[in-house]
Order: sequence, then C-alpha cells, then structure tokens
Amino acid sequence: MSAGKYIPTIGIETHVQLKTKTKLFAAVDNNARDAAPNTLISHICVGMPGALPYLNQAAIELAARAAFAFNTKPQAFSKFDRKHYFYPDLPKGYQISQYDQPIIVGGHIDILVAGQAKRIGITRAHLEEDAGKNIHPAGADYSLVDLNRAGTPLLEIVSEPDIHSAVEAKAYARELYLLMKYSGVSDVDLYHGNLRFDVNISVSPNASKLGTRSEIKNLNSFRSVENAVKFEINRQIELLERGGVVVQETRGWDEAKQKTTSQRGKEEAHDYRYMPEPDIPPVELSESDISRFKKTLPELPPAIRQKLTTIKVEAKVVEDILDKPDVVPTALEAISKTSAENARRVIFQLLEASNMSHVSVTDQIKVAEMVSDGELNSTAGKLVAQENLKTGEAPARIIEKLNLIQVSDEDEIEKIVAKVLEENKKAASDVKEGELKAIGFLVGQVMAKSHGKANPGVAQKIIKKQLGL
Amino acid sequence: MGQWPALSEIAFKVQSGQLKAVDLVDKSLQAIADKQDYQAIISIIPDRARQRASQVDEKVKKAVQVGPLAGIPFIAKDNFLTFGGETTAASNILRGFKAPYQATAIEKLEEAGAICVAKANLDAFAHGSSTENSDWFVTKNPHDKTRVPGGSSGGSAAAVILGLAPFALGTDTGGSIRLPASFCGAVGLKPTYGLVSRSGVVAMASSTDVIGPLTKTVEDAALVLEVMSGQDQLDSTMIERDNNSYTDLDTKIKGKKIGVVKEYMSDGLEPGVRIQIESAIEKLKNAGAQVTEVSMPSLPLALAAYYIVSPAEVSSNLARYDGQRYGHSSKKAVDLDQSYELSREEGFGLEAKRRIMIGTHVLSSGYYDAYYKKAQTVRTMIINEFNQAFASYDFLVGPTAPMVAFKIGERTDDPLKMYLTDIITVAANMAGNPAISVPAGKSQGLPVGLQLIASQRADRALLGIAKGFEELA
Repeated sequence: MSAGKYIPTIGIETHVQLKTKTKLFAAVDNNARDAAPNTLISHICVGMPGALPYLNQAAIELAARAAFAFNTKPQAFSKFDRKHYFYPDLPKGYQISQYDQPIIVGGHIDILVAGQAKRIGITRAHLEEDAGKNIHPAGADYSLVDLNRAGTPLLEIVSEPDIHSAVEAKAYARELYLLMKYSGVSDVDLYHGNLRFDVNISVSPNASKLGTRSEIKNLNSFRSVENAVKFEINRQIELLERGGVVVQETRGWDEAKQKTTSQRGKEEAHDYRYMPEPDIPPVELSESDISRFKKTLPELPPAIRQKLTTIKVEAKVVEDILDKPDVVPTALEAISKTSAENARRVIFQLLEASNMSHVSVTDQIKVAEMVSDGELNSTAGKLVAQENLKTGEAPARIIEKLNLIQVSDEDEIEKIVAKVLEENKKAASDVKEGELKAIGFLVGQVMAKSHGKANPGVAQKIIKKQLGL
Repeated sequence: MGQWPALSEIAFKVQSGQLKAVDLVDKSLQAIADKQDYQAIISIIPDRARQRASQVDEKVKKAVQVGPLAGIPFIAKDNFLTFGGETTAASNILRGFKAPYQATAIEKLEEAGAICVAKANLDAFAHGSSTENSDWFVTKNPHDKTRVPGGSSGGSAAAVILGLAPFALGTDTGGSIRLPASFCGAVGLKPTYGLVSRSGVVAMASSTDVIGPLTKTVEDAALVLEVMSGQDQLDSTMIERDNNSYTDLDTKIKGKKIGVVKEYMSDGLEPGVRIQIESAIEKLKNAGAQVTEVSMPSLPLALAAYYIVSPAEVSSNLARYDGQRYGHSSKKAVDLDQSYELSREEGFGLEAKRRIMIGTHVLSSGYYDAYYKKAQTVRTMIINEFNQAFASYDFLVGPTAPMVAFKIGERTDDPLKMYLTDIITVAANMAGNPAISVPAGKSQGLPVGLQLIASQRADRALLGIAKGFEELA
C-alpha cells in the first residue's frame, strides 16, 4: 500500500492566554512576563488555607468574544469544576477548569487552503487557570517553583478532527491566532506562549475507521505545527508500512532536529476526579448579557477580508494586512471614506511605513487623492505619506517644505527633456528605433533632474514629442 | 462558671469608659489560665489582644466611636485564620502555621471593636462530633469532665460556658456549631449558607461550611451575626443579607406556625432528651404557636448523602496540604513523591485520612455517578422538602441531637456511631437553611438542645423565635 492511501486525521487543542488585567480567580496582576519570581501572587494564588477563588468577570466577556469568533455564542449556563492532581506548580492540588458544561459548545472556524475554503468544527472551549512554572536549576538537587503564572486565565479550544493535512493544521492555527488577536481575546504573543497547540494525529487507510493517535504537546508556532504534523504523519505511515503499530502516546517536538520523540514510556491513565467547584457559582448569561458582550466585539478577520477583497486588494496582500493589526483599523476607515482606488493607495502607504507614530486617516486619504489627481507623483506621494505618518505634520506643509508640488508646466519640462535627450543620446536613439522600454529610463532621468517634481505622464509625452514619435 | 454581661452591655460600658478593654482581655486570659484543665483552648494571642485592647481604650479616651462590640474579647475556633499566633485547625499538618491574612469574619469583628484573645480546640479540620479527633487534646464538657463537649466546635462551646470569653466563633458543616451548643448548654447559630464570608476559614466541605457564633444568649448571637454577616468580595458564594438588623427581633410566638419534624422525634431519641423536647414544644404551644407534626421522608437520607458529598469536598480541600509551601513537610523524604506521601502520612490524623479515602473513592471515575451524583440528587430532594415544608410552616422544630453529651472514648472505636451524632443537624447544612440550638432543660444533669430551623435567609425570624423561646424557658 502506498503512502497516498492513508488518510491523516488531526484534531487540535489550543490553550489561549486571555488578555485580562488580573488573574482568573484573584485580583493579582496577570502580566507575569518580566516579573521576578513569586512577586505576582496572593494568598489565593499560593493556595493558602481558607483562600477562596472569585471569578474575574472580564474573562467571561473575553470567552464570549471567542464564542462569537467561532460563529456561535457563549452558553447561557456553564460551570467550573475541579481537576485533581498533585504537582508542585499546582498549589491547591487541583486546577479549576470546566468539565462537562463549558462556556463554549460548538461553532466553527473557516480556513483557506490553496484558495479553497474549508470549515473546521469547534467541539468546545472552556475556561481554566494556568499552573505555575517549575524551574530546574542545572546541577542542583532541588527544583524551584514560580507561581506568578498560577491562575492566569486560559481558554482551551478543542477542534473537531476535521483537519487532514499539515497545511490545513497550519492554516487552522494561523486563523485561530488571527481570530483571538482581532477579537481582543488574547495578546497572542507566540514567543511567550500565549498560544500553545496540542496536536492529535492519526492515520488510517480506512476513511470510516480512525487509526491510533499520538499527541504532540506544546507547539508554539505555526511552522512547528505544520512541521510536526508533517513529520508525524510520515512517521506513522512508515511505521504501519513496515508492519508496526502506532502506540497511543504523548510525543514532544524537537525543534532543532525537526522530529517528534516519545515522551512517556506508557500512557498513564489519569483519574482527575472531576468535581463541581463549590466555591464558584455557575455562570449564567442572559440574552441581554450576551448582546451587550457582542456590542463590544471588534471587526474580525472574515469581515475584514471581505471588505479588502471588495476594493480589489489581492488575497496575498489581504493576509499581509491581517498580519499588521495596526494597519487594519485605518484601512477599514479609509475604505468607508474614500474611493476604492484611494483606499488601496492608503493601505499601501501604511504597509510601506516604517514609522507609524502619527496615523491620521484623513491625511493619508488626502495624500492618496493628490496622487490620483496628479498633483503629486507616486514617488512624492510615498514620501509625503511616510513623513506624515512619522511626524504627524500636515501633508500640505510637508509638500511645501520638501518642495514637492508636481510640475505639470510643459515649458519647464520641455527644457529638462531637451537636456536629458542631449545627455542620453544612446537611449534616445534606442527609443526612436522602437526600443520603447528605454523610454522609462529617460522618464527616470527627467524625474531625477526635476528632483522628483516632474509629472511623469507629461514628461513621457514630451519625450515622445521631442523625438518625433 | 464565669460570668459576662450581655455583649451590648459590655460594649456600652467600654464606650462610656466604665470598663476598660485591657481589663476585659486580662479577665479573659485569666479565665483561660484558670480553666486550663478543660483543654478548650489551643493557643492564646495575649500580645496582639492587649495591644488591640489599648487601642480601643485610646479611642474611648478620645471619644471616638469604637463599634458595637467595643472591647469585647472573643475566642475563635482554630480553623479561623488570625494574626498574632498560629492557626492549626488542630491538625499536625498545620503545626506552626502563621496566617499571612485574616478571615473576613475576624476582620469584621475587629472593625466592630471585638478582640480575639485565643483559639479554641476542635476536631482536626472540623472532622468530628466530639473534639476527640483533635491532634492536640480532647476538650472536656464543662458540666462533666468525663464527657465530650460535642464537636467539632467543642472548644468554642466549652469556652463560652466556662466563661473564658463572652462569645466564641464556630463553623458548622454538618452540625459542628449546634451539636456542641446542645452538649454544653450554649446557644449555637448556623446562619443561612452564604450569609457570612468563608474567606480565611480552613475549608472543610465548601458547599455546606458556614460560620456562626456560640453564645450564652440568643441576643448575643444576633449581635455577632449582625457584625459578621454581609458582602465580601473574597467569597463568591455569598447571598444578600437581610436589610433589617438581626438585633431588631420579633420574639412573638403567638400565631407562629411550627412543624414538629416527625422523623426527628423517632425511636432513636434518648428518653430524657425526648421529655425535654416535648416539654419545650408544649411551652411553644402554650405561648400560642400553632404546632402540628410534619413528615419529611427524605431527612433520614441526609446523613448518608452528607457522608458522600462532604468527604468528596474534604478530599479536594485537603489536597493543598502537600508539604511544599507551608505546614508540615516530611524530613524523611528523598524525592517529590515521597515528600507528598510522607508529609501527608505524618501530618494528617486518622479521621482526615479516612475522609480523604472515602472522598477520593466517591469521586473516582466509574463511581462518581453511583455515589456523588446520587448524593446530590438526594440533596435536591431534601432542599425540595424543606421548601415544601416552609410553604406551610414558619419554623421546624426538634431536638439538636438524639442524645446528651456522651462519655469521652465511648464512640471513638466506631466511626459510624460517631457520624450518627450528626443525624439531626446535617439536613439543614445540605439544604443551606439557618438553624439554631437553644438550651431546653437538662437530662441526667446534662444540657439538652432544642433545634429550630427556618427557611433560607429567615435568620432574623429564626433568632426572634429562639429569643421568644428563651424567654419562656
């Protein structure tokens, strides 16, 4: 049997760190990234005797936004449960999570693979608290525990096993990333583990019967998701082809060696003894709560894509724009305020910007309009747009300051053209003999001589006229 | 036995300069020293208590209003986290533990001018009905040193009756305030679940744990509840309190509809207890109450359901005592697993281990539905029966316990027999209703407690009828 006969089936569990100011069950700063160990803790985070959790309502609102991003809405009733196990980074001996009645049930995400839309189902998503961090100093016979991260709110999103290739897995991971970013649910800082992917993979020659799955835990980039899935599919197929069997196990992804390796000899059957959390009342959301949450939901990637496509921004550029969230609001505003052509110009002005300290959509539209109207040539337009973004100075002032008003005065340009043709006899004769490509070079020379101020359309017309074409 | 005036009177005298808080604290500490042989107290907090007392006296001198409990010493069960000393829950695993924060109830009492002078004995982690499960020592009944004071708030109940302080705090998870109140002859109030913040009280079974006072009189209990109850952001399971003051009581008995719970007057009652309870009911009737019998057939199931739900929560709540961050940590351990195992093996007593085992079992996959889920179904039935009963009755009445205080050691060999002590008190915990035990005569020279139960949040009405009864007796 050839490798092509195997159907890979992939499901992804994603832990998303929520962008709340404080922890899930304590009024303690949630930003543990740069803090010294065990400085962002309270009696609740440490699991002191008598400490009770109390729910951060901001986490509920963010979970609700995630539900909208998955094309569904949060459950009217959900509750918290305790998941028990002993580990030094888990101060209470249990993690507060949601077991059988999570805040999100169902929904879907649409992904694009090779220009084709594909729908990936969301099984569920639940809120839970993160654990602390165990630190093992090299050579020491002890370990240290940092509880700064203990109690950070996470949303664990479980996909349906609707993914069937490494490319789809990557596309799902990226789309989820964009949704969480644009909905404001998470800072989605991949480097700092704001998004962590656990990927379940199996292969089977039989479409109606799944193979044994392995799980690759803690992937934190789209590329590692793609490469790990690719590797694991091949590993499992080769194994089966050789007559072996896939063991149900957790595997780790070795970024350096680009391979997965077995992490545990055998899969331990954990009994987490789930129990309803008696310290936190169930979360009940009314229709009006839900619509109130929905009102604060920012525009999400699918809608943004549609708007950009309407003004004929090509698909690849649309994705580039989505990767620059600081461009998006201005782009959308431009679309609503000016012509498609000018809005496209504004978007490119923004995409090219290296400094966006002063974003004024009105100024950017103004520059785009001046270019469209021929008052500025495109080179000058870019210059003015960039300067405006950098300093916030009005375009008119920048133009004045840099002396950039486009010269369309034909007498002026006639003189420059004559000079250019004099100095570039070879190119001039090439053009004359029908080598029209060389005309671009001559126009460039005119532009250079005029310090970018000549209207290139007019310059070309005059070059042709002077050459008698 | 030691005598203290009513709380309101002490506070008035402190505020008006007739009594000094420092003297009250010293009087309390002296009484504790004098009555040491009853072993009601685990530790005293003399320095902090005296310091706070002088602050109260200073305020009085400057004519600053101190609060409704100005200068009143009190004793907290040792499962309340308090500053100034150790908090151990009477368990070896918390030996030496110094609380980094205080229970909300303690904070509210201190704000009102009260002063915590000592920590009372209890069954370790409040697991028990006699204080015999304390890892420290057994508290003796103030009426008979050979008998238990009841539990788990046995130290608190004994302390109040011995006059060690004007009032004490207890916790009631399955009867732990009312039972020792009954055995010692104190008033013991279990408020509606959620009326007093549980923050800073070592959790036993979170869904039934409540905090309440042990006092000599209903009026004192009402004043302590008035101060302790009310919103606390740190406890999400709280309910809104009554807008009216708990000290403004309607003590009228005439016309009140009272149901005598048939299942509580079963054959299991000691004859001497039955006589006192029947006579108490007679008094209520004579005072004009409409008394009839009511049957609540699910009540006999309450204890069985409780001993599934409560150990399940106990096993979970005790998971944090793992020897890693605070409390006992085994010196013998050579690795992490051993550290967990030995710290817990050495630190927990037999009863805690028993409850951890039961709780772990009933929560295990494959058993959850058979035990925990079924117990929760029974719990719902009990809640429904209470709601049904309170549609027709203002109060339910019966004994607090089927017996008077038993001999030390009498029930320790048989945990089931010990668990049965809570058979009457436990239903109010499962349902969350307020209940109170008030002294109702004696049998064999030992106190008998009458239990009155009200509908949820009817704490004020409950205190009213209890005071009315107290005035009859």
